[in-house]
Amino acid sequence: MRDQGLLFVLALFFSLAAGLVGCIALMRRMLLAGDVISHLALPGIGLALAFKVNPLAGGAATLFLGTFLVWQLQKKTGLATEAAIGVIFAAALAIGAAVTPREELAESLFGQLERISPAGFLLGLAAVLFVILSIFQLRDQLSLSIFSTDLAAATGVKIARLDLYFLLLFSLTVLVGLRFMGALLASALIIMPSATARQLTNRLSHFFLLAVVASLLSVAAGFLLNALVFKFSTAGPTIAILSAVLFSFSLLGRTR
Amino acid sequence: MMNRLLSATNLSLNFGNRDVIHDLSFEVQQGDCLAIIGPNGAGKTVLLQALLSLIPHRGEICWSPEARLGYVPQKVAADRQLPLSTKDLLAAKARFLKLPPSELRLVPAELGLTDELLSTSMGALSGGQFQKVLIAFALLGRPNVLLFDEPTASLDELTEEHVYELLHSLQRERGMTILLVSHDLSIVYRNANMVLCLSKGKTCMGAPKEILTPAMLQDLYASPAQYYQHDHDRERERDSRIAQEREKR
Repeated sequence: MRDQGLLFVLALFFSLAAGLVGCIALMRRMLLAGDVISHLALPGIGLALAFKVNPLAGGAATLFLGTFLVWQLQKKTGLATEAAIGVIFAAALAIGAAVTPREELAESLFGQLERISPAGFLLGLAAVLFVILSIFQLRDQLSLSIFSTDLAAATGVKIARLDLYFLLLFSLTVLVGLRFMGALLASALIIMPSATARQLTNRLSHFFLLAVVASLLSVAAGFLLNALVFKFSTAGPTIAILSAVLFSFSLLGRTR
Repeated sequence: MMNRLLSATNLSLNFGNRDVIHDLSFEVQQGDCLAIIGPNGAGKTVLLQALLSLIPHRGEICWSPEARLGYVPQKVAADRQLPLSTKDLLAAKARFLKLPPSELRLVPAELGLTDELLSTSMGALSGGQFQKVLIAFALLGRPNVLLFDEPTASLDELTEEHVYELLHSLQRERGMTILLVSHDLSIVYRNANMVLCLSKGKTCMGAPKEILTPAMLQDLYASPAQYYQHDHDRERERDSRIAQEREKR
């Protein structure tokens, strides 16, 4: 029961970070590319399971290695982020599918509600708070670079460094999400709430706020609904479905 | 009183694999208005970008320590769907540069940006409004050098005139140094005290009267030059048309 409580609290904080990261990703037009980033964790999880190491540590290793490769490819070849991610993704998924033990594949893809240690909880919480604070700190640089990289650079923003920083924040968010959402759905909370919020406002501050609220609602309601009604082994799918339902409602209230 | 603000020495620039500017040297003094002209593809925009350190270059670009640069790009391929208002954009720059909050009120007011326009999303602005916002963006932080890339390329004549009046007043009243890329040679005549021509590896620099001769222009653009000649009648006609339109409003 204590584990459930800790996981729930962590998931709530995760939803805040996912909402904010999603807003930036949507404006950078890399939501879908970001979706794919989460799959970069798969080979690491598979290898860790095969060698009986902590799967999250394995996932983290390949996730960050993959993120770094994406950034390098993009910088060195001038490929669009989505193309760079596409290449790395296909390779990662193939390796992941090949090395992950069959019986564990579904769990790695869709997440599992396993026990969480106090240390794991604190580490996750620290990561999520770091993401939230960083996005807040970087919001001006990110806005400028989203509007025009030339103008941002002329204003003094270090573009390549900012790109890497954001990709890492994205990956860190996905990594925390892996625990409840699994590799396939980890980015659902990055995509859905920001798309929902975008329907409802044209103002930047409202956009961030609405995305965070939508994300928080999906997680809170998803956890409760799963615990009380569905009783699936993981809340991930329930959360993702709820966030999709919120998106459908947003279509009714669209302002643009 | 002359104070050197910029010196570029043996500057060479590539665009893709093409060598667009080769071994260019020039200087800009404080208060100058330098017009950079030349046919498409001559490297005018690339030159501005190199001066702003946005792209790599060979050779030396040396700004004096007191130079504070403002940049108005030719085009911003901004996503029209961005949930970013004019105010959001200006505030982002002001906060990033830690400018005093008063700047954020004063600069838009000086340019006549209304509250309504400030809360409009960037994607919904007209060409003229967008250009004004870009100028306001450049003027935040009180630059003393303005790099202006084809400031009126997509504007109608009346808006174009506004932009150049503004340019003129910045130059006169604030002693702003201006580097201006323009195709409009009548503007170059009116505003610039120096002209830098770029054309397929050849460059020349001097006062407008020396540079903008029909023979020179024909050589530069490799086309009949009568269009570019300074035509006082045409200009007077245009000025009176603009004045009439203004009275009508």
